[in-house]
Amino acid sequence: MSHGKRALADWTTGAEAIVYQSCAACGSLQYFHRSFCRACGAPDPIEKRASGEGTVYAASLVVRAATPETRAHVPYNIVLVDTVEGFRMMAHGDNDLAIGDRVTARFSQFAGRLVPYFARTKS
Amino acid sequence: MSFITGVGLTAFGRHEGSSSLDLMSKAAELAVADAGLTRAEIDGVLCGYSTVAPHIMLATVFAEHFGIRPTYAHAVQVGGATGLAMTMLAHHLVKARVVRHVLVVSGENRLTGQSRDASILALAQVGHPDYEVPLGPTIPAYYGLVASRYMHEYGVTEEDLAEFAVLMRKHALAHPGAQFHEPITVTDVMKSKPVAPPLKLLDCCPVSDGGAAFVVSRERTSETGVRVLGCAQAHTHQHVTAAPALSELGAEIAIARAKQAAGVAISDVRYAAVYDSFTITLVMLLEDLGLAARGEAAARVRSGYFSRGGEMPLNTHGGLLSYGHCGVGGAMAHLVETQLQMTGRAGNRQVRDASIALLHGDGGVLSSHVSMFLELTR
Repeated sequence: MSHGKRALADWTTGAEAIVYQSCAACGSLQYFHRSFCRACGAPDPIEKRASGEGTVYAASLVVRAATPETRAHVPYNIVLVDTVEGFRMMAHGDNDLAIGDRVTARFSQFAGRLVPYFARTKS
Repeated sequence: MSFITGVGLTAFGRHEGSSSLDLMSKAAELAVADAGLTRAEIDGVLCGYSTVAPHIMLATVFAEHFGIRPTYAHAVQVGGATGLAMTMLAHHLVKARVVRHVLVVSGENRLTGQSRDASILALAQVGHPDYEVPLGPTIPAYYGLVASRYMHEYGVTEEDLAEFAVLMRKHALAHPGAQFHEPITVTDVMKSKPVAPPLKLLDCCPVSDGGAAFVVSRERTSETGVRVLGCAQAHTHQHVTAAPALSELGAEIAIARAKQAAGVAISDVRYAAVYDSFTITLVMLLEDLGLAARGEAAARVRSGYFSRGGEMPLNTHGGLLSYGHCGVGGAMAHLVETQLQMTGRAGNRQVRDASIALLHGDGGVLSSHVSMFLELTR
């Protein structure tokens, strides 16, 4: 899958970072990388590194996986996290995370790849 | 105007040794005969896709195999919404006088033609290739995410979801073609194996072999006509990460447009055929469509509202959850059953009044929606 030109590497290319884009023209944020703003169409949204802080929006534990590589990890928790920056992302997380939990990202290995992993923020 | 003039449906389950083309042909033959037509009178073909035997020109492959030379033919792909999307297109094609009789057909040997892992893997690819699929989600997990949020916001419980699995199974028991013939209880659903909690095995539709077809015609071919009153679509996102808030999902947009196109209200509807890939899908769609108030769909199941003898009979063939799910043909079975109910041909499943029906399909992860109203005309 082609990403187009990227200023910052992120976990999708093996770097320990979560990156999003911010449109200089309209201020919209987007998580899926594009060469334009999906809201207004302006070219070259600015790439920014996210803090890794957020709140759990939804969670589902995968118990039945479909490949030998992913089956080795079951059960693993798939979460949607609303980041403090204001975009939503999918990641892994602790199995006991609940909706509304404040979480902080780290990175872990999953089926031969680096993935973002959220745990409850230590207060 | 356009009419659903003929329908055809195979049994769902195992069709050992049948290819996707075999299942498509079987359903198509039934539908063409049911419409009182000959193959040569079919001048349009719309077909879905087969994950078992993907092809870049499936409609043409099918037409050659079936032995017809249509003047209009191609495949359509909108996931679970494909069947109704094809019906909507057929409706517009005959209305615009492009063709006279469109054969809408789909079939797939999804159960015996590939491993269950292959099916799960193929379907998980509706996720984003860079930002979702590497995390190892499955289709049940995508819907599990939506379920967790919906249950959180509206106080829906796992027992509430289970009611829908039980209802669909109860309906399937009256249909000899259904994949499942064993009654189940809420306790059975609650005790079934976790797949992607909050979703358990019996919250999920099965993988099936099967085929479904119907003919959409400019004029009715028999005395009773089932007319397409109006239909509409909505596409808000593809990936669950990019989905809008629960209050802004496409079902609400599609139904609002369809009501306008058809000139009817939900209070006019007598029969409902709603996509039910998972119990949560059915709950959310019923409430989005206005067939139940927010958080109250399960209470309506418990009171018998959606039962065969209730005020709003729902998926009386058993739906995807219990009739089965063979891909595009899965949701087409909802329309086949609706047409049979409307024309008084549903036998031991016949409801009192199906004079106006509402159908709704959903593809992806509540991504693509088609709402449609059908009316019985005599």
